Order: sequence, then C-alpha cells, then structure tokens
Amino acid sequence: MTNVWYRGDDRLLSLVTPAWTFLPYSSFVTRSSSFTMWEAIERNKRRSWLLITLMGLILVGLGAVIGIAIDPISGPLFGSVAAVILWVVLMIIALTQGGRVLLMTAGAKKVQREDCPRLFNVVEEMTIASGLGTPPAVYILENDSPNAFAVGQNPKTASVAVTSGLLARLNRDELQGVVAHEIAHIKNLDVRFLTIAGVMVGSVVILSNFFLRMIFYGGARRRSGKGGGHPAMLIVGIVAAILAPIAARMLYFACSRSREYLADASAARFTRYPPGLASALEKISGKATASTEVNQALVPLYIVNPLQAHSGVAGLFSTHPPAAERIKILRSMGGKAGYVDYESAYREVRGRVVEGALGAGVLTSEEGKSVDAREASEEPKTKENSVERVREVSDILDRIAEFVFIACACGVRIKLPPEYKKKDVSCTRCGRTHDVPHAEEMAEIAALGATIRTSSALQDGSSILDAAVGTTGAATASPASSSVPPLRYTRNGEGWESFKCSCDKTIQLSPEFAGSAIMCSKCQREIEIVQVKGSDSEELASRGGPESRVVD
Amino acid sequence: MDGTTLVLLVLLGLGVIMVLWFVVMYNRLIKQKNEVENGWAQIDVQLKRRHDLVPNLVETVKGYAAHERQTFEEVVNARSRATSAQGVGEQIEAEQQLSGALGRLMLVVEQYPDLKASQNFLALQEELTSTENKIGFARQFYNDTVMNYNTTRESFPSNIVSGMFSFKEGTLFELKDEQQREVPKISF
Repeated sequence: MTNVWYRGDDRLLSLVTPAWTFLPYSSFVTRSSSFTMWEAIERNKRRSWLLITLMGLILVGLGAVIGIAIDPISGPLFGSVAAVILWVVLMIIALTQGGRVLLMTAGAKKVQREDCPRLFNVVEEMTIASGLGTPPAVYILENDSPNAFAVGQNPKTASVAVTSGLLARLNRDELQGVVAHEIAHIKNLDVRFLTIAGVMVGSVVILSNFFLRMIFYGGARRRSGKGGGHPAMLIVGIVAAILAPIAARMLYFACSRSREYLADASAARFTRYPPGLASALEKISGKATASTEVNQALVPLYIVNPLQAHSGVAGLFSTHPPAAERIKILRSMGGKAGYVDYESAYREVRGRVVEGALGAGVLTSEEGKSVDAREASEEPKTKENSVERVREVSDILDRIAEFVFIACACGVRIKLPPEYKKKDVSCTRCGRTHDVPHAEEMAEIAALGATIRTSSALQDGSSILDAAVGTTGAATASPASSSVPPLRYTRNGEGWESFKCSCDKTIQLSPEFAGSAIMCSKCQREIEIVQVKGSDSEELASRGGPESRVVD
Repeated sequence: MDGTTLVLLVLLGLGVIMVLWFVVMYNRLIKQKNEVENGWAQIDVQLKRRHDLVPNLVETVKGYAAHERQTFEEVVNARSRATSAQGVGEQIEAEQQLSGALGRLMLVVEQYPDLKASQNFLALQEELTSTENKIGFARQFYNDTVMNYNTTRESFPSNIVSGMFSFKEGTLFELKDEQQREVPKISF
C-alpha cells in the first residue's frame, strides 16, 4: 500500500518544481537550546508532530477542495472525512504490520546467529554501544547492490536488514559503521516517524491521483450529467491535487535528510571510528546500482538512496544528503568522534551554513563532548580474504534458502537445493553416495543442537577436545562437548581411514582427502581433520577443498 | 483575604514547588545511578563471556601447538585470577593481564598456518574479536553514563539533593597506565 506514493506524478513534478524551490528545507532542520541528547530526540519528536500536523492539514484541505469541486454543498465535509478515513485505514495497516510488510515486500529473510556470526556480533556490539537494550532482529536481502535499512515502530521490536552485496564487500569496521547508522535510526525513533509521515504522503498521493483520474476519464460523463461543481472550483481542485503531493513529499524528504546527519553523527560516536562509515559509504555509493526493484516506500530508510546512488546534489526531493558530502564530513573529523566534532566538520565541509547539522541540544550535552576516535581494527585486506567473504555470503544465502550441505570425504562440499527430493546423492568427484537427510531429521538435529548449545557450560582448563585429539581411531565425544567447536580427528597415515562421529555415523576418509574439515552427513556437525604433518596435502588443507553444487 | 493569609498561601505554594523540584531532582539522580549500574552489568556480562571462551581457545590452539605450554599456563592462570577477582579495581587489573596473555597466545598462533586456517579456530577468533569489541563498547557506554551521572551529581542545584542523600561518585572504568591502555596488537 505505501509504495503507491511515488507513482505517476513525475511528469507533474518537472512542471512545478521551479515554483517551489524557494521553500527552504532548513526550516525543518533543528534549532534549539535544550540540554541533552534525549532532549534532542524529544525535540525531534515535537518537530515531527508539527510536520505531521502540517501534512494532515494538506490532506484534509485537499479532501475538502476536491469535495467542493465535485459538489459545492455537501462536498467539503464529505471530502475531508473521506480523506481522514483513508489515512486512518492506511495507518492501521502500517502500524500493525508495517515492519513485517516492508521486509516481506523487500524479500528479506531472517537470519539466525549460526548463519552469519559476524553480522550478528556486529549488531550486538552496536546495540551495546548505543545502549539500545534489545538487539534488533537481523535480516538479509539477496541483492548484489550493497545497502542496508532499518524498520520497526518500536525500538524493542525493530529490525535491521542488509543486502548480501553489502556483506560481501565491507570489512568489519565498515559493517560496524553501517549497522551503527541503522541502529541510530532506530534509537532516534526515525523509523516510526518516517512510517507515519510516509503513510500521510501516501494518502495525499492516492487522493489526488483518484481526483485527477476522475477528472480526466470521468469528466465527460459528469459534464453531460446533472452539473457538478463550479468550473473555477474544478480548476482550484486540479491545482491542489497537483501541488499537494509535491508539498507533502517535500516536507517528508526534508525530515528524512536532517535525520540522516544525526544518524551519521551517532554512528561515528557509537563506533568511535568515523572512517569506517565513511569508507562504507564510499563503497556503497560507488557500487549501489539504481535498482528498479527497490520498494519505493523503503527509500528513506536505506543508508544510501538506492534510486539515485550516483547523484551528487541534495535536491528538495532527495531523501538523503549526497553521499559525497556525508563522506567528506566523516573524513574531516580529524581523529575525533563526538557530536561536537561532527558538527564542526559539518560546518567546515558545507562552508558558510546558516544552521548546523545537529542542533545545540546535542552539542551542549554531556554526550555531545569531543571524544577521541579509535584505531582501525586489524584485519588482513588481502584478495583471498575478500574471495572467502563472497563465498561465505553465498553459503549464508544458501543456508537461509534451506539448502542442505553435505561434505564428501574427498573434500567436495555438496549443496542440495530444497527441491532435491531423492534419498541419496553421489559426489561429483569421487562418486561416493551420500544419504540426504530428511527435513524432519534436520529439524530434530537443529533442536538438539540448540539445547546442547544452551546447556553446555564451558568449564575451565579441563578439556573437551583432549579426548578426541588423544585417541587415534575414533573421534568420540559426548554430545554436550560438541557445542561450539566441533570434533577433531587426526589422521594416522595416508591410506583409507574410518572413524565414528558422535552421532554414530561412520565416516570414511579416502587417501585423496586433503580438506581441513568434513561434515558428518547425518548430524551435519563439522569435524576437523588434522592431516599428517609433512605431507604434501598440508597446503591444500589450509585452502580447503573444492566445492561443487549439485542441482537436481 | 487579609495580608497574612496571602503571605501564607504564597509560602505554601513555594513549599510545594520546592518539594516537587526535590522529587524531580532525586528521581533524575536515581535514574542516572541505575543507568550506571546497568552499564556495569553490561561489562560484566561480556567479561564472563570472554572467560567462557578462553578454555575453548586454549584447547584449540593446544591441538596444533602442544609444546607452547608456558603460554597456555599464563592464559589459564590469568583467566582464573580474573574469574575470582573481588571488587572493581582488582577486576580491571586481572582483566588487563588476561588481555595481555591472550595477545601473546595470538602471537603464538601466528606461527601455525594450519591452525589459523581451521574452521574451528576461525569461529573462535570471530567470537573472541567480537567479545573484545563488546567489552570495549560496554566500557564506552558505562563511562558515558558515569560522566552523565557525575555531572548531575556535582552541578548546582542538583548537588544539594545528591549531598543530602549522599549519592556516591561513579568510578570510571579506565586503564591505569599508558602501556596497559594499549590494546595488545593481535594480528591474525
């Protein structure tokens, strides 16, 4: 429902824009003299209500004008009531399931910690840094264009979604910056506001589209009928129907933009590392392709506008300030990470600006103080690393798409799509046959795994793995011990070998097997294989075995 | 209404305002004090997490580098000191030693390429990195809440209330000297 409001008025827009450019969006940008970050958020809320009231007036006014144009006597009342009812209905839909609907229409899939520990950890880190309390749910969108957004009316039930393209391209510091930005949106209640305002804009657009269509397509019929409204009122109605959506959208976008700066400043403060977000924005704005598949209603929620990724100007109709400017501000913070530092960088970059980005409230608060940025976290930025990351992301996507992973003893990893119905599959390299675990079986194992994970307290010093490492033949371990790190089996020689997994499944290793790990085909547990020292296979082992994807 | 009643009414009104102001100030101090306690609890959760990770890490490394006994002992000892530490000061001290010992363990890991490549170790490494980060962020958040609380506690006029109910000053979680402040360089 909310994705209607961009449609159809672009041609009108180009006609009217020049007349509206005088409206300064800075009139909606913060200015106050309050004291804390919380008050800044409070004031944000107050301003939001003012804005929503304005939009409401536009909506009701439009309803009334349309009503007059149709019928001068009973029209005004009927029109404004109809407008309010339309808004209420859309609002109920948006508030009851807004977040979920948005995520679903965007095609996002919820991920668990096991699927993507890195992303989960980063989200948890930023939850701690922001003091949000409850970590938001994490979703992944299968889309190669790097981007991220947050949804959720309530900070306690909010969600963060990132695209697979983002995960594959960003390093840890950059990912942290992006997640911090999204969490800042949640914490500042931007998401709630943008939903309410978005629905308002949607109502205005639906109403004026309805009216214009009625005039153009139904005009003849009405003229020949019993009369209708005064011709002058009809013209006023048409003008109002053209202008109202534009005005509503401008109000909306102005708010969206001013909130982006605050979210950037918060991200810098949460991570204490502005270059992280800056370099993420560089990668995102360079790579984000203007995608037509993007849900229009989601645009203001994305970290970088997915529809105009390359545009360098902040027009009145931009949801976001230009990425280049945001990057420049973050880069000019000079080893500092506080709100005050962001503000001075903002002034420096934008030159002679009348108003700052954040408003006095944030800056004079205890939290606004200048703080030092930290060092970059060390992470090898090798090519191999990035290749691995891409592979890791494709694994995550396959796992949430319910692919079954089978590791063959020869080192090949077989991924089976959920449509694969046969009972067994043969390896493409060595021809060995593997049983395909059934869905119910998998669910049982997953449930078992979960209970193990929660019940197993990791005791000190004394080891779980010693047992597995010490014994030569079977790598047996009690289920309780196989929680976080998997089992390990040390090879004896280079011939055929077999051992039992903790689930009693016998696993065979061929002489050619050179991988560093194998997955038990029954319980899906990963068993680490320690190759004999000094053999040629060592190098191979560290690289991991080849991989093949079996398609039925 | 004669003059005395008017004066009495004004005084009564002032009294009510004073009491209300007192209540507001007191509640603000309590709220900030609770935030500080919550902040410390967050740090505590993450420190415990790290303590839980250490045995696992040691065992994984042991599988590849059994003869580095001294490093392992150092880590295990530092961990048991950290788990049994009493009081904030001692805790901070012990945690710093544990950080140092873990840093040295990671240097050992550098020499074993197949250990670094093992899935097991990679998973642990991610957990460890994240736990270190979480400790850092929890500390950052804790210190922010302490500063906020201390400012309210000391500034006029709320210091009257904090003085009357003897609100104690919050302690910042700070690393003692420059050398310890430097996080051990861990490069995987």
